[in-house]
Amino acid sequence: MAALQLTEPMPRARSRFPASFVWGASMLALVVLAAAFGPMVAPFPYDQMDIMARLQPPGATHWLGTDEFGRDVLSRLLFGARLSLLMGIGATFVSLVIGVPLGLAAGYKGGRIDEGIMRAIDLVISVPPILMGLLLLSLSTPNVWKTAFAVGIIYVPIMARLTRAVTLEVAREEFVLAARARGEKLWYILAAEILPNAWPPSIVEAALRVTFAIMLGAALSFLGLGVQPPSSDWGLMIAEARPFIDTAPWVALAPGLVLCITVIAVNLVGDGLRELLDPRLKRGRG
Amino acid sequence: MIAYTLKRLLTVIAILAVMSVAIFSITQVLPGDVAQMIVGQFATEEQVKAVRGRLGLDAPAHVQYLRWAGALLQGDLGKSMMMDRPLGPLIGDAIARSAVLAGLSIVLVAVIGIWLGVYSGVRRGTRADRFISIGSYFFISIPEFFWAIVTVMLFTGYLGWLPSTGYASMDEGFWNWAKHIILPVATLVSGLVAHVSRLTRSSMIETMQSQYITAARAKGLPENVVIRRHALRNALVPTITVLAIDVGLLMGGIVVVETVFAYPGLGRLLIFAIEQKDLPMIQAGILVVTAVYALANLGADLLYAFFNPRIRYGRAAAH
Repeated sequence: MAALQLTEPMPRARSRFPASFVWGASMLALVVLAAAFGPMVAPFPYDQMDIMARLQPPGATHWLGTDEFGRDVLSRLLFGARLSLLMGIGATFVSLVIGVPLGLAAGYKGGRIDEGIMRAIDLVISVPPILMGLLLLSLSTPNVWKTAFAVGIIYVPIMARLTRAVTLEVAREEFVLAARARGEKLWYILAAEILPNAWPPSIVEAALRVTFAIMLGAALSFLGLGVQPPSSDWGLMIAEARPFIDTAPWVALAPGLVLCITVIAVNLVGDGLRELLDPRLKRGRG
Repeated sequence: MIAYTLKRLLTVIAILAVMSVAIFSITQVLPGDVAQMIVGQFATEEQVKAVRGRLGLDAPAHVQYLRWAGALLQGDLGKSMMMDRPLGPLIGDAIARSAVLAGLSIVLVAVIGIWLGVYSGVRRGTRADRFISIGSYFFISIPEFFWAIVTVMLFTGYLGWLPSTGYASMDEGFWNWAKHIILPVATLVSGLVAHVSRLTRSSMIETMQSQYITAARAKGLPENVVIRRHALRNALVPTITVLAIDVGLLMGGIVVVETVFAYPGLGRLLIFAIEQKDLPMIQAGILVVTAVYALANLGADLLYAFFNPRIRYGRAAAH
């Protein structure tokens, strides 16, 4: 028995990662695979209409049924995975790329720069998230990238505040003082001394924010301010299926459930990551 | 406390002043030729000119802003372009109806969320606690717009108990009013309750492990007195902050929920304005929401300071 366990690495791996993390990661891997290869394995083109086969219930030809134009729900779902994930990840990326440098600058330089950046951030926070999205997207013709950018802007404050807090701590460390004493340039200190210590918490926060970004992006698409027809992310699919929920509930249920599963998966992975990286939480568990 | 209140009030005014500039520039100055955008690309030169004249777009940007802001300060929100009606009463009525949704929701969120959090926090690890925890995990992960559609499917389509859309005023009978408001409120509340109960639970667990709780128990106080008199008060301080954050989420949720349930509130008005590219209505609507949000946050801050004197006297803890 003991010899068997020694040769098998699995039990050790299991004890390191909580079960919920493994579940979340597996579900997430499925969604990511669907986003990457879905359009290639999809049984139909996502925009192929078939008026004779409108609103068909799930069956042998159309596994998840068809929508009001006779388009295959499964194919649209697979295609939508790409846009939904892109929006979530793109938005998070935008918030990191803008927020982290702002936080570094505010935390390290302090003084007026800090004051200015923080007040600007207070302004962004003074509008509730979805409304900020509406404001940024209200007048231009929406598309995926604009929506991802708008959602990213909404989460810049969180990234900037977090990075600033970490930077304030790291800037007092001796290796930073040493670098300053050596006469290193400002950008070198920020990029080579502070950033490597400041980014882990930002990355974990970013991983957790992906779900919010996915949900917010889907909500904006649902309101008509994201992906535009005929292509479609899950949010827009739900919006388009709304008039038919009594007669053809599967058209709305399929993207909705997949959206929920994705959000749960990312949440489980994020919580697991946080638990792994934050020793305090681990002790609290024991 | 008075000095603190005044200071926070000044901040709110400053934020609104700057936001009015930001909203005005994002909607009117940045998109290029707004008039062209409103009438569409196939419009004639005369049509574009007409819209430009109606919106005062021929004046320089800062003059346009000062005109708009000056009118705002006199309580004139402008005129809806599409409906050709003054925005004041339009937005006023919509806000009143949204406030009913928001007020009912936030009260329910606070009461149910805190109760569930305390209930599962003091019963940590029991079956009830696990049930509540898993349940709240799911409810946090369901987007409002999908949840709204599922409730409509269930209560309107399948059971046929409640109307799926619309609004009835109190004059049309209490039950008639309530019927139209149950599903929107239930949708708004579900995710936020989960949010509040999770936070209250962990804060309750932390508090129950502190020494003064052990001391209170050692005194021989009955457990429910320990929970109510000693633990709850301290455990609720972070909950107040989260409730303030939830007000922001709630206002976003209201936009979605009002759209799904065709509830004639401010959120739906705003989406309508965006669909119609009704510029004055977009500007006024977003500014009004920002003002309400700022006041709600001010309220939460004051409550927080009231419960937590360290903040009041400017000696806030480092975090």
